[in-house]
Amino acid sequence: MTTDPGKRDGLSVLDRPNSYIGKTVPRPNLDRLMQGRGLYVSDIELPRMAHVVFLRSPHAHAKIISIESSTAKRMPGVVAVVTGPELAAIITPWVGVLSHLKGLKSAPQSAIATDRVCWQGEAVAAVVANSRAAAEDAAEHILVSYEELDAVTDMSTALDPATPVIHASLGDNLAFERNHDAGTVDQAFANSDEVVEAEFIFGRHTGVTLEPRSVVADWNPAEARLTIYQGTQAPHMVQNIAALHLGLKESQVRVVCKDVGGSFGIKVHIYADEMATYALSKLLRRPVKFVADRVESFNTDIHARDHRCKGKIGVNRDGTITAFEIDDLTGIGPYSMYPRTSAIEANQVVNLVGGPYVTKNYRARARVVFQNKNVMCQYRAVGHPIACSVTEGLVDLAAMKIGMDPVEIRRRNLIADDAYPCASPSGLRFEQLSHHAALAKLINMMDYDALRAKQAVLRAKNIHCGIGIASFIEVTNPSAAFYGVGGAKISSQDGVTVRLDAQGSVICQTSITEQGQGSESLTAQIVGSVLGVSMDRVRVILGDTDNTPYGGGTWASRGAGIGGEAALQATKVLRKNILDVAATILQSTPGELDIVGNSIVNTSDGAPRIELNELARIVYFRPDTLPPGIQPELMATRHFVPREYPFAFTNGVQASWLEVDTDTGFVKLLKHWVVEDCGTIINPQLVDEQIRGGVVQGLGAALFEKCVYDERGQLTNANMADYLVPMSGEMPDIDIGHVVSPTLETELGAKGAGEAGTAGAAAAVANAVNDALQPFGATITEIPLTPQIILTALGRI
Amino acid sequence: MKASAFAYARATSVKNAVELLAAHGDGAKILSGGQSLMPAMNLRLISPELIVDIGELAELRGIVVQGDILTIGALTRHVDLLKSPEIAIHAPLLADAIAHVAHPAIRNRGTIGGSLAHADPASELPACMLALEATIVARGPQGERRIAARDFFTGIYETALSSQELLVAVELPTAPHESTHYFHEFARRHGDYAIVGLAAQAVIRDGRFADLRLGFFAVGDRPLLTAAAHKLINVAISPTALSAALSALDGELDPQGDQQATPAMRRHLARVLLARCVSTLLSRPELCVGGLV
Repeated sequence: MTTDPGKRDGLSVLDRPNSYIGKTVPRPNLDRLMQGRGLYVSDIELPRMAHVVFLRSPHAHAKIISIESSTAKRMPGVVAVVTGPELAAIITPWVGVLSHLKGLKSAPQSAIATDRVCWQGEAVAAVVANSRAAAEDAAEHILVSYEELDAVTDMSTALDPATPVIHASLGDNLAFERNHDAGTVDQAFANSDEVVEAEFIFGRHTGVTLEPRSVVADWNPAEARLTIYQGTQAPHMVQNIAALHLGLKESQVRVVCKDVGGSFGIKVHIYADEMATYALSKLLRRPVKFVADRVESFNTDIHARDHRCKGKIGVNRDGTITAFEIDDLTGIGPYSMYPRTSAIEANQVVNLVGGPYVTKNYRARARVVFQNKNVMCQYRAVGHPIACSVTEGLVDLAAMKIGMDPVEIRRRNLIADDAYPCASPSGLRFEQLSHHAALAKLINMMDYDALRAKQAVLRAKNIHCGIGIASFIEVTNPSAAFYGVGGAKISSQDGVTVRLDAQGSVICQTSITEQGQGSESLTAQIVGSVLGVSMDRVRVILGDTDNTPYGGGTWASRGAGIGGEAALQATKVLRKNILDVAATILQSTPGELDIVGNSIVNTSDGAPRIELNELARIVYFRPDTLPPGIQPELMATRHFVPREYPFAFTNGVQASWLEVDTDTGFVKLLKHWVVEDCGTIINPQLVDEQIRGGVVQGLGAALFEKCVYDERGQLTNANMADYLVPMSGEMPDIDIGHVVSPTLETELGAKGAGEAGTAGAAAAVANAVNDALQPFGATITEIPLTPQIILTALGRI
Repeated sequence: MKASAFAYARATSVKNAVELLAAHGDGAKILSGGQSLMPAMNLRLISPELIVDIGELAELRGIVVQGDILTIGALTRHVDLLKSPEIAIHAPLLADAIAHVAHPAIRNRGTIGGSLAHADPASELPACMLALEATIVARGPQGERRIAARDFFTGIYETALSSQELLVAVELPTAPHESTHYFHEFARRHGDYAIVGLAAQAVIRDGRFADLRLGFFAVGDRPLLTAAAHKLINVAISPTALSAALSALDGELDPQGDQQATPAMRRHLARVLLARCVSTLLSRPELCVGGLV
């Protein structure tokens, strides 16, 4: 094999002896993490390091009249107490807008509030001390005088003229509005046999990472350099933003991201307290550590999904869906988050509603309003759970209305598998999806007809089980269309460098990051497979802006599809370079040689010729034995960004089987199925567990998770006892199947898989609950589906 | 989330612990298993001046049967109750209840004395004490006193213990041979505090309740031994009789509303629990259907 034929011609560079692609192999970082040898930000201890605690506002909206900190400053161990105006001299404020989200507006946000607090939990002062405990002690002795202002908490009245405007300079509380109108919606509804409407309500919830947000910032005045150790998904983005607002060049900022205990989108944003920590290090000229505690995590980690969405669907008696219409309202807190903005989720809802279906008639309005609650922004599967729940909820309501089976109505309306390429009603381009193959596989996996029969038998015994189906599409592998075109310095390309070391092992540096999803493993699998070396010879380095190529990181289901392709392309170059020099050493031609099992072998008979370590020895230590003019390059770098399609859409379908106790309102999840299509699967176990983890987060949204605010803007359940995360005891078995439609935009063919589970899980559960409640004539379009809500819908309380 | 500074004393004997309490009064807190105390301190919800650690007082640990009295030392951990053969034989209700208390990690540390002295109205063990007719044994500067469980729980996190007294043991009458029990709670997730729970101890003869003690929890500011049980003792249990008991129960309840349930929902679930309890104990599934609740 002399060249690497593209997969269109048959064999690809991945179809090689001993390929790791498509195989479940142990993750290289497993032993380190399982033996407690991971390095999280909390583990980092630097000389002279101080700890910062933020004093946070107890009010949702108030003027800061005065801050009295003289007692606190005299307390043992206290290094400094710093207020917003003092820190403003070090770090500039920011505004979270992007130019491609037309009309999006927000107000300047400071690292620490300067004159006014806009949500309960916004920092008003930083206490820096030689321990976290000493800083907390001192914080109790700071006296802040507030003048409380009216808080805007109800998003449904945020735009009323009588409601106070949070930022006077903006004129109103409307951050963003998008309208979309495609096809002939009014005519379609008028001609439909039935039109069904419903309002869908989603509970504001959050990500709850096991490791809280954490930063150690270390300003070294002698080098004029800031080193930021942070659990982040996007090191280069943090580098850019920190430099920009501290008045530094990017070369003066190094971001190091070691092990991260979960992110889910929570750690892809720039938070005020993290910015304050960078600035405090610069101000105090010493390392400063900030580790959010659980209460402040609930109060300051981004929230998501606070949506009320009115939906309308038209359907004919033959099951044809004629049109979708939605009117979505979401409240994002007092600021649009920086730098990705808080308009993306609503924008995604508009993009995605109706996406799996044929109808082109689609009208949407989305409005994003400010309120005095914690900031909202992108969390795993941004917008997808909203769009999927609204779409699939409407489809089920339509099916119920015309008396059609939920599977049958989907069969009649899902875009045909041979219709691609085509576009969604919102104009998104699909390269190749597989809705029907996925649905067929799901029906087979769950034995749908048998389950329906079982449901009928149980119903006769007064046991009420339900089946819920939810088809979905998912945005993955985003190009610059996501953020770059709007002016954000967030890279959509990623780079990988591979280097053969002097003993024939490979060092691989990648700009994607690892937060538990397996970036390190998939990179090693690709490099090992393409090069022809065993994985134990591949060492992957991630998360260091000084030591990796420039790139976006890991978010929006992009690590495998974009970073993986860069790894593939870089390794192809290294492989060619190695074979070139091998041909010289062996007096052969590159076409007659291959790399298999860490050795150069004959392509013809597979006979070993020279081991890679011997080749490396010659190249690095006896280059004098090579012919004149030969300069081997045993290091190669390639970058990749998708160019043909703005997003590599994936698709899938989920099903839920559950029991509703109609006396108590409790839901018992009995089984969950997912079939999805993420293209080429690099590591089946990693993909399946990503999907299971995503499903669990979706099930949390469906049944448990909600940030409960009172009417004054107080978050009333900011702890792990009252905020209910899904736990293993309540989770069903989750069976996963795949359909594989590789993207042809890359040789790897991989699309994203990280958010598919979260996208459709809540919709499947909500549809199953309504299916179970059909005999009672009750329909619920609100999540989380608490016993209180179910009993109320049943008229039992 | 770090506790305020506090003084710490490791008690060397019960006498020593009582002396420390007497010397420091309300400023002192007993550390037993620490499963409620430590989170509260880390959240700075409470900031005791002195922690009196009784963890080494071996005399407070253990389960002993003497005659028809089962004595459980205050430091006996949940996990020990769960695994104890004596509890399984003489107070099986307690073993069933413990399985609902939090999670294994917490059950490995938490103690029965700590749970009862903490007196969370939504926790399982106080209601069990009512159903099992327990006696709480406390020691203070004036010596030992015995408090009937029905007099012990006085409000949310409030008990009949004075700030100078240490809960040292509970005494339970061993269950008679023909007795049976029922335990169930409604919680959002396994291990969560109950929305409503019921610990019931019964004696059934000829399909009737010869005795029935119903300890509800999370339905008011303290566990409730409901008088509605009397409507079910020594009568033929018909839907009408059960209905009367449910109405009587409703009259006794004073549930709080919180994020998991409104007072109305708690009332409803308490009725469901009572109906399910009666139906299960009598093995009469038909009592649960027919719109009684």
